Amino acid sequence: MLSALTQLLIFQLAGEFVARSLTLPIPGPVLGMLFLFFALLLRQGPSAELQTSSQSLLQHLSLLFVPAGTGIMLHLHRVAAEWLPLLLSLLISTTVTLIITALVMKLCQRNAGATGDTA
Amino acid sequence: MTQDIGQIWVYLAASPLMGLTITLLAYQGAFRIYQRSGCNPLANPVLIAVTALVVFLSITGTAYETYFAGAQFVHFLLGPATVALAVPLYMQMKRVRAMLWPVLAGLLAGSLTAIGSAVLVGRLFGASETTQLSLAPKSVTTPIAMGIAERIGGIPSLTAVLVIVTGILGALGARWVFDAMRLRDPAIRGFAIGVASHGIGTARAFQVNEQSGAFAALAMGLNGALTALLVPALARWMPL
Repeated sequence: MLSALTQLLIFQLAGEFVARSLTLPIPGPVLGMLFLFFALLLRQGPSAELQTSSQSLLQHLSLLFVPAGTGIMLHLHRVAAEWLPLLLSLLISTTVTLIITALVMKLCQRNAGATGDTA
Repeated sequence: MTQDIGQIWVYLAASPLMGLTITLLAYQGAFRIYQRSGCNPLANPVLIAVTALVVFLSITGTAYETYFAGAQFVHFLLGPATVALAVPLYMQMKRVRAMLWPVLAGLLAGSLTAIGSAVLVGRLFGASETTQLSLAPKSVTTPIAMGIAERIGGIPSLTAVLVIVTGILGALGARWVFDAMRLRDPAIRGFAIGVASHGIGTARAFQVNEQSGAFAALAMGLNGALTALLVPALARWMPL
């Protein structure tokens, strides 16, 4: 657990360092995730320890959103003032995203089949 | 020696111990409700815990900053948890190779649609600029979405709540949308849910079908990374 957590922190630190020093617009931890992903490709898989530790960390992932989510109490006036555009945006955007993603994949799969591609 | 209960309260309310403890208590209580409801997406544990905490802090007149002094220890783990998402992403790699082109095309189209339509619909109905920026990353998993919102000048905590609501909408509505489209392929259904509604949709997809769940998890990871690249770039090239 300890060495896996240390590994995760090192990758996060590397991500933060690269994001800040190159002033990239990507969040440091996301860059850290990509670094770890490529490291896993090179190492051909995580160690058993890293796998169990990240599993237990991700199992209670929702807990980690609670402190930030509670920060909504500072912005309740904004939600009260803009609830209609917020609700419509989420409702329409989620539906359209589901449809477009599925349609594009379906079309792409059909074309791949027509050209005899095994994909 | 008995101390005035009011004085004890003043001491405890100001200590980090309080914020940390009530966060863990609220979440565990909320998770129990979620399990009892048969994992109904409407009983989302984050939504219940946040509501309970906001009510509690308001009633006791505790400032969010005081609360966060304790809750930050939980919040800090979001960083390493985001890095840890690389592990399940890697585990899905074999399945992707078999469907590489549909997956890449669907990812790009879905990611652009999720960002663009959220911002445009918000703008169309009169959302303020800050709110539009907070809406842009709403389809990706919370730690990534919050990081993006912070980077582009949105409000991370507003984004966190928008992300959760998006997840619930996707988890509830996806089945209805796909049935109307007569779409049956579990891989495509799962992938589209993961792109549109991240972890909450993914959890739902796993309940329906194992293959759907795996593709949803993959889509969630890929879309998190792609959105982190696209949103800041779009925000720079297309100022609101």
